[in-house]
Amino acid sequence: MATEPAPPEGDDDVRALDVLAAKRLKVGLTLTAVMLVVYFGFILLIAFDKSLLARILTDGLSLGILLGVLVVLATWVLTWIYVGWANRVYEPEVRRLRR
Amino acid sequence: MNLAAVGEPDALAISFFILFIVVALGISYWAARRTRTAEQFYAAGHSITGFQNGLALAGDYMSAASFLGIAGLVALYGFDGLIYSIGFLVGWPIVLYLIAEPLRNLGKYTFADVVAFRMRQTPVRLAAAIGTLSVVIFYLIAQMVGAGSLIKLMFGLDYALAVLIVGVVMITLLLLGGMIATTWVQIIKAVLLLGGALVLAIWTLSKFNFNPLDLFDRAADENGKEVLGPGDKVVTGSWDAVSLGIALMFGTAGLPHILMRFYTVPDSQAARSSVNWATFFIGAFYLITFILGFGAMTLVGQEAITDVEAGGNMAAPLLAQELGGQPFLGFIAAVAFATILAVVAGLTLAGAAALSHDLWVNVVRSGEAPEREQLRVARIATLFMGAAAIALGIALEGQNVAFMVGLAFAIAASANFPALLMAIFWRRFTTWGAVASILTGAISALVLIYISPTIQVDVFDKAEAVFPLKNPALISMPLAFAAGIIVSLVTRERDAERKFIEAERQIHLGAARPPTPEPTPPVLPADR
Repeated sequence: MATEPAPPEGDDDVRALDVLAAKRLKVGLTLTAVMLVVYFGFILLIAFDKSLLARILTDGLSLGILLGVLVVLATWVLTWIYVGWANRVYEPEVRRLRR
Repeated sequence: MNLAAVGEPDALAISFFILFIVVALGISYWAARRTRTAEQFYAAGHSITGFQNGLALAGDYMSAASFLGIAGLVALYGFDGLIYSIGFLVGWPIVLYLIAEPLRNLGKYTFADVVAFRMRQTPVRLAAAIGTLSVVIFYLIAQMVGAGSLIKLMFGLDYALAVLIVGVVMITLLLLGGMIATTWVQIIKAVLLLGGALVLAIWTLSKFNFNPLDLFDRAADENGKEVLGPGDKVVTGSWDAVSLGIALMFGTAGLPHILMRFYTVPDSQAARSSVNWATFFIGAFYLITFILGFGAMTLVGQEAITDVEAGGNMAAPLLAQELGGQPFLGFIAAVAFATILAVVAGLTLAGAAALSHDLWVNVVRSGEAPEREQLRVARIATLFMGAAAIALGIALEGQNVAFMVGLAFAIAASANFPALLMAIFWRRFTTWGAVASILTGAISALVLIYISPTIQVDVFDKAEAVFPLKNPALISMPLAFAAGIIVSLVTRERDAERKFIEAERQIHLGAARPPTPEPTPPVLPADR
């Protein structure tokens, strides 16, 4: 679903917009892929290797609980990464194009 | 401890319950004066900030099912309860990365606005209304039936009366205050629920040196080491796990009542920050719920929990009673009621918007309805959806509706999400591609779940089912993408391709907005 090259009638603005759109889609899809790997990694471990996740690391803490909490933390970090990128890189570009 | 207290509420619990109804009605009265246009009715006049919308979105997810249900799952099965909550959480980054900002900039009140932006209106709107209504109705049935049983359990009210109270308060709230009232009730409830759950969790941890590991360790000592590792309660087969994961992860991005919330904020930046806040609150809430579940397991005890209700749903209220006595139980019970009210209101509004905005205004009236008519039709559709919710809730008393939330997520992930994604990002997507994708997603999800163990084994008590997966998303979502892509490639639509530039500009730069006719007063003095 990649953005196709700018149409022939496109002027510079349209081309800049296409570049920006492609850039955001790339960031979005990359982060989506990371989230998918993190989440399905966790789910597949549950599905295929229950005994591994049941291993007790220290009193009261199993590997499963540790990984579960880490998935929640990863979700937070992954949203912060996108918001940081959007505020730092994407928004200034949008403001420039709006003018 | 007097366990019978659940279901035989004292005066205090009933006062909390009535107090919340009064507050909700007060908000409706206040919001009614701010609800004079269709934009205010459907989209709260874009007056909600990113932070507030984050709380409201989180509120939509902190439903009675997730608060009471997941705490109960954890209390009875330990670790397995965490699997569901993580599934509900991980959909949010996807909404953030791919959907929230384009949706806010391209649409008006419904997600169909976005899908239909470049297309011929009638076919796309009809298909999208089917996608919306099927998700909303299954979700709503699950909530209404759950509401009836829960209120019956907690306040000792008759089931039908409980459904009727929820329905009537909800309809009043919506008719008077539309999205503004719904959003503020949702925000207040989210704060009460997060605050109440947090107090309960800290109280629980205070009995364990403020160390969660001490709590888990005690739970493992008393109930066996299995509670700390995965069992077979939530995830059974491996493909089942993947299919459920897909439905939960991509379903969020296709839930009409969630998508509609992005129109309540002023711009795409606020939409972005609202998902950021929502993800934070929901993640925190599920971590807290995990503590509550283990707390109930050790402090109340599994037997005591299943004695009150076999499904474990009363684990969190019982923990509140154990720690804080009757007043805290009354507070938590009233918050559970508030939760149900706010979630069904959001769902009903999303369903009403599909009927009035998508079907009446854009199909029947070809988008040319005057403002006053739009608002009137919106209210009539709300009344209709609300009455339908009450009727379905009462008619399905005692039925096994637990599968309906999973089904709603599967339809959302299959019928709504692929069409939305392709409409936003794929130049060659066409009218008939969108129609094919939505209908294929909705129909395949429905048919597959009908022939799956979820219906055949769990509901009809058959020995086995034709289709092996409990949740159809693993098959139905790829089918919807395939249908959308193939049909779009066959039915090339130059108009839709040409308008892609316009859509792209609006997605990134925002709509060239006409000056607001009359400046609406700020919603609260505290607003920015």
